Amino acid sequence: MSVDLPTVRRIATLARIALPEQEASHLQGEINAILSFVAELDEVDVADVEPMTSVIPARMRLRPDTVTDGEIADDIVTNAPATEDHYFVVPKVIE
Amino acid sequence: MANTGSDRLLRGATGDWEVVVGMEIHAQVTSRSKLFSGASTEFGAEPNSHVSLVDAAMPGMLPVLNEACVAQAVRTGLGLKARINKRSSFDRKNYFYPDLPQGYQISQYKSPIVGEGEVTVDLTPTEQFRVGIERLHLEQDAGKSLHDQSPTASFVDLNRSGVALMEIVSRPDIRSADEAKAYVTKLRMILRYLGTCDGDMEKGSLRADVNVSVRRPGEPLGTRCEIKNVNSIRFIGQAVEVEARRQIAILEDGGAIDQETRLFDPSRGETRSMRSKEEAHDYRYFPDPDLLPLEFDDAFVETLAAALPELPDAKKSRFVTQYGLTPYDASVLVAERELADYFEAAVAVEPAGRDAKLVANWITGDVAAFANASGRGVADTHITPGQVAELVDLIAEGTISGKIAKDVLALVIREERNSKPREIVERRGLRQVTDTGAIEAAVDTIMATNPDKVAQAQAKPTMLGWFVGQVMKSTGGKANPQAVNDILRVKLGL
Amino acid sequence: MTDDPTRLTLAEARDALAARSLSSLDLTNAYLAAIETARPLNGFLKQTPELARAMAGKADQKLARGEGGPLEGIPLGIKDLYCTKGVTTTAGSRILENFVPTYESTVSSQLWRDGAVMLGKLNLDEFAMGSSNETSAFGPVVSPWRKPGSNASLVPGGSSGGSAAAVAARLCLGATATDTGGSIRQPAAFTGTVGIKPTYGRCSRYGIVAFASSLDQAGPIARNVRDAAILMTSMAGYDPKDATSVDLPVPRYEAAVGASVRGKIIGIPKEYRIAGMPAEIEALWHQGIEWLRDAGARIVDVSLPHTKYALPAYYIVAPAEASSNLARYDGVRYGLRVPGRDIGDMYGQTRAAGFGAEVRRRVMIGTYVLSAGYYDAYYVRAQKVRTLIKQDFETVYASGVDALLTPATPSAAFAIGEKENDPVSMYLNDVFTVTVNMAGLPGIAVPGGLSDDKLPLGLQLIGRPFEEETLFSLAAAIEQAAPKMELPEPWWAA
Ligand SMILES: [Mg+2]
Ligand SMILES: [Zn+2]
Repeated sequence: MSVDLPTVRRIATLARIALPEQEASHLQGEINAILSFVAELDEVDVADVEPMTSVIPARMRLRPDTVTDGEIADDIVTNAPATEDHYFVVPKVIE
Repeated sequence: MANTGSDRLLRGATGDWEVVVGMEIHAQVTSRSKLFSGASTEFGAEPNSHVSLVDAAMPGMLPVLNEACVAQAVRTGLGLKARINKRSSFDRKNYFYPDLPQGYQISQYKSPIVGEGEVTVDLTPTEQFRVGIERLHLEQDAGKSLHDQSPTASFVDLNRSGVALMEIVSRPDIRSADEAKAYVTKLRMILRYLGTCDGDMEKGSLRADVNVSVRRPGEPLGTRCEIKNVNSIRFIGQAVEVEARRQIAILEDGGAIDQETRLFDPSRGETRSMRSKEEAHDYRYFPDPDLLPLEFDDAFVETLAAALPELPDAKKSRFVTQYGLTPYDASVLVAERELADYFEAAVAVEPAGRDAKLVANWITGDVAAFANASGRGVADTHITPGQVAELVDLIAEGTISGKIAKDVLALVIREERNSKPREIVERRGLRQVTDTGAIEAAVDTIMATNPDKVAQAQAKPTMLGWFVGQVMKSTGGKANPQAVNDILRVKLGL
Repeated sequence: MTDDPTRLTLAEARDALAARSLSSLDLTNAYLAAIETARPLNGFLKQTPELARAMAGKADQKLARGEGGPLEGIPLGIKDLYCTKGVTTTAGSRILENFVPTYESTVSSQLWRDGAVMLGKLNLDEFAMGSSNETSAFGPVVSPWRKPGSNASLVPGGSSGGSAAAVAARLCLGATATDTGGSIRQPAAFTGTVGIKPTYGRCSRYGIVAFASSLDQAGPIARNVRDAAILMTSMAGYDPKDATSVDLPVPRYEAAVGASVRGKIIGIPKEYRIAGMPAEIEALWHQGIEWLRDAGARIVDVSLPHTKYALPAYYIVAPAEASSNLARYDGVRYGLRVPGRDIGDMYGQTRAAGFGAEVRRRVMIGTYVLSAGYYDAYYVRAQKVRTLIKQDFETVYASGVDALLTPATPSAAFAIGEKENDPVSMYLNDVFTVTVNMAGLPGIAVPGGLSDDKLPLGLQLIGRPFEEETLFSLAAAIEQAAPKMELPEPWWAA
């Protein structure tokens, strides 16, 4: 499989990475090189094979339901590019 | 049980239409801490205070699953008579939104914790229909964006980010606005019984995504629209109604329905397209590699099942068989678990054996009226089950009449909040007069002073009521009405 | 002992500190001075001299009281993928250029708990995506190794290139690193150092900036096997904050160094004999086999039939997870923000400017392979292939094999810029290491000798899950047998 330019642009939109027009075709070439590299997998017979869900056979440990965290609003917003009264501020979102 | 009358069809200009509704309910799981972090779930905190580094998706932060949320989901599944999946897994639903810090929501897409189940919904106390449950899964709530604080900016608060939700997906088994409301009412009741969701729709603890389509009766399903995040039962009914009308109008005009996400605007009573959600979404679900599959054994499920409370349907039918209640009274009482418990407590007050129907009548009647007027549930008023029981006993043993009982209750409500009704009756001399001598004397006096009425009554026996009233008046309402009747009949020769 | 304390190994320094023949402050100052002279290598992104001296001072006090921990007073470098409280953590990316965590990664906190001293943060490929350290937003790391008679700058390998270079150039006694597809073992092999990627789940990932969650593991790079074992004991352990970490006791790995390997069964996987493998790599491998045989191990030929699919499967799974893990870098809560017309444009501009070419490429690939219509063909298939790869190892281990011996890399270090424009040929660097990540197994790279160009070459040992001790014993046997790897003299300080 290989990707065409509109697909490259669609992926960039999905990934929220602005893609200048002049870069799109260059990226298309690179993506297609990688896709042809991974195309080798098509020759593997994977019928009746379970996809891996966890690489170790451990059972997941759960947390007790206790409040042990939070109340650190200063820490939460300290690295933010824009804040007001402990809110994160972003360009207005139209619903 | 199926209810397929033509009353459920909507009349259009060109004929009848059937509405088909399915719902995705997001119910906030009752838990102290969040689904994957130790931050508090408490409502109404300062912005970004109930937020951990995990909830804010700081680099390198990892989710750790809350065991109580798992138990709540299983309990809910059991309450919905659903299949419990002993192995389930968490997936990431990827999309960008400022109140979604990770850039993905952790949800259960492929293998939910709960599979197919069923809810029996009461349309009226005697009319039921079934709604199939497709699945229930656990997922994270998003944060909250405030859009109306500034013309140029939105403000993001992550307090809700990561709070556990159960998404309960129904089959498209609902056929009208009333059924939609009844379904949510019933589901909410079950969740509240289980204690797995407080059902507080004002606080957003329960929200519905309502999928509506219309079709000609017998035709295949039409194109549906999803009305997002409807947050009251009344609005759910209105949304179904107006959306169905909108779709019918389009179809009858020869148009076609676009499958889209819409928003219900209660102030305008209409739904409108959510254009921001319209760009084609591709959520790129895949198993969350930060979490292993969730596995538990039969013993875990059995322990939870054994501790499950009696649910509304079972309670209602028990109330009918055990206490001889009407289905109506039983359904009123089981609407809230606390009310049902209150009723049973009143019935059980020693000495046992009182008429449960009378107890039910008092609770659903005068006690409920007082509770409603003061904006509370019956169980939250100061009136105790013991006071109700004693009132019923006083009537049953003939100590007071039903009318006096109302007066006694009024005293309990206002002046004598902590008194026993029996003490009030004694102290205030409200005991019913059953002494026939005293009643006969009163009857004689009245007959003697009203000879014209005596003559009238003898000609027209319906006048008896007037005499009864006079006797009751002269005895301060304490005379036993049956005795008064009997004596009057004899003396008037009726 | 020599006058220059940076010539000591970690174990030697530890013993000198405990014997109080050396102070941590002197040792730390010596390293701080060495780091100053090594700026041309660009190994450190951030030096923390004040913090280092303060920690060293405290360590000396503890040592004086005889209360020193296992790493008391030992100066280390921390890969800048580990979040360090109050110290900028960039992950080698513009998008986190000014990010100062308010928290500490579990693994680094365990090192501080045990008394280690932080010298600073080490350069790396951006978000650990690379095999040469050339993708760092802050410039490539220059290897301390050069071909004799050449001034050409070589790569130290990646992504833990800063860690490997700093250890090889004696800028720290050891360093933390991470390995997603070979990022510990490949740079260790390129720089004549020892690096171990432990079993998936052995070390906590909490606080380490995620690249590909199901593959990432923390581990140390050190000057010899013993030093690596000492660091490993402090770094490993169950962490309730990482649901994928495993609750097993942590052995004192140092005890395994020097233990007999007599009777151990070593598998030689024939599929690692790839077409076009340089003769010197082939020779090194044979040499390694001879050394282990001489040490009493039994050598058997084994087959891992799906080996050649590991790299292509990796280049689906890793970018897929990365595309989702990196969604949180959106300019809302931390990191770079580039203003845009609206929120969507802000995301796009921020991520385009904040991510370098390799990261953008991988995020794009990952987004594509997860997108609707391609998910099954790419992601699911790759995860199925992964199951087969793991089964290959399980079959071999079930036959009694204790560990596998392979070359660590298909070549010695190459020149900076040499493979810049060919991502796929760059990816081939990981051809021997990536299978280990795909199967979650432990793997160690240990120096085996020099190439024809007098550059280090490494051997890799692959172990059974959680049997890192076996790897330390075998690696120590190779280290014992191999010609001593003399680290380069500091030409950069001239
Ligand atoms: Mg939904
Ligand atoms: Zn949902």
